[in-house]
Amino acid sequence: MATTKLGFIVQRPGYKSENPKLALTHAIASQSVEIYLQDGDIVTADIAFVGDGVLNCIKDQKAVENYDLNSTESHIKMSLLLDLNVLVCKEDLDRFGLKEENIVIDAPEFGADVEVKVVPYAEIATMMEEMNHLLFF
Amino acid sequence: MGKLTIGCFASLVGSTNLDFAVKLSAAAMEKGHKVDLWVSGNGTMISIKDQRPFKDYSSLEKPLKELMAKGLNVTACEACAESRGYHADHTLEGVKRFSMDWYLGSAFDADRLLHIGGE
Repeated sequence: MATTKLGFIVQRPGYKSENPKLALTHAIASQSVEIYLQDGDIVTADIAFVGDGVLNCIKDQKAVENYDLNSTESHIKMSLLLDLNVLVCKEDLDRFGLKEENIVIDAPEFGADVEVKVVPYAEIATMMEEMNHLLFF
Repeated sequence: MGKLTIGCFASLVGSTNLDFAVKLSAAAMEKGHKVDLWVSGNGTMISIKDQRPFKDYSSLEKPLKELMAKGLNVTACEACAESRGYHADHTLEGVKRFSMDWYLGSAFDADRLLHIGGE
C-alpha cells in the first residue's frame, strides 16, 4: 500500500486560459485513479490557489449564463464534495481587496462537508513540501 | 533506471513546449529511463495523424512515431481531444486515449513528474 501526493497549484486567472479548469478536473480525477493502481494504493490531490489564481475563487460566477459552460466555481465545489484539500492564499486575496465573503468557501448545495481554507502563504508552502509532485497551472 | 512522467498541456502549433517534451523524452529514453507522455488541453493536437509538415510550424509526427517504436508511452486526454474534434479514427497509431485519471495513475509510480502547463 502506498500513497502518492500531488499538489495542484493554480496561478492563473479563470476563463483567460483553460489552465485553472484543467487543474481542477485533473485533481478531481484522483477519485477514479484506482483503476490504474494496485489494491490499497492511492493518489491524493491537494489544490492551492495563489497569485492571480485566487481570482478563480470569486463566488457567483455566471459561466453557465454567459458561456453555457460549467463555472470554475462549480468545479471548486465539486472538489469540496470529494473532500479535496483546497487552499487559498490570504496574502493574494488581500492584494485584490477580496475577503472570505467574496469567494467560494463551502458547497452545502453539493452536499460537501469540507470547506475552502484561506491560509497564509506559509501554510501553502508547507503543503507543497509535503507533496511528492507539484503541478503548476 | 527510473520512470519519468511528462504532462504537456501546450499546443503543438503556437509554442515549442511539445517539441521540448518530445526531445526530453528522447534524451531520457536514451539514458534508459521509462517515459510516459500525457497530453491534455491544447496538447492533444499532437495526437492527430497526417499533419502536413511546414518549416514554420512544429511537426512531431515523425519523431513521435520513432520514439513510440522504442517504447515511449503516449496518451492523450480523450475528452480534451473529442472537444476539439480530434476523433479516435484520426489519432496517430500508437497514441492511446484515456481520461485524466491515467495521468495521475502514471504519476503514482513516477520517479519524477514534469508538468508543462498550457498557454
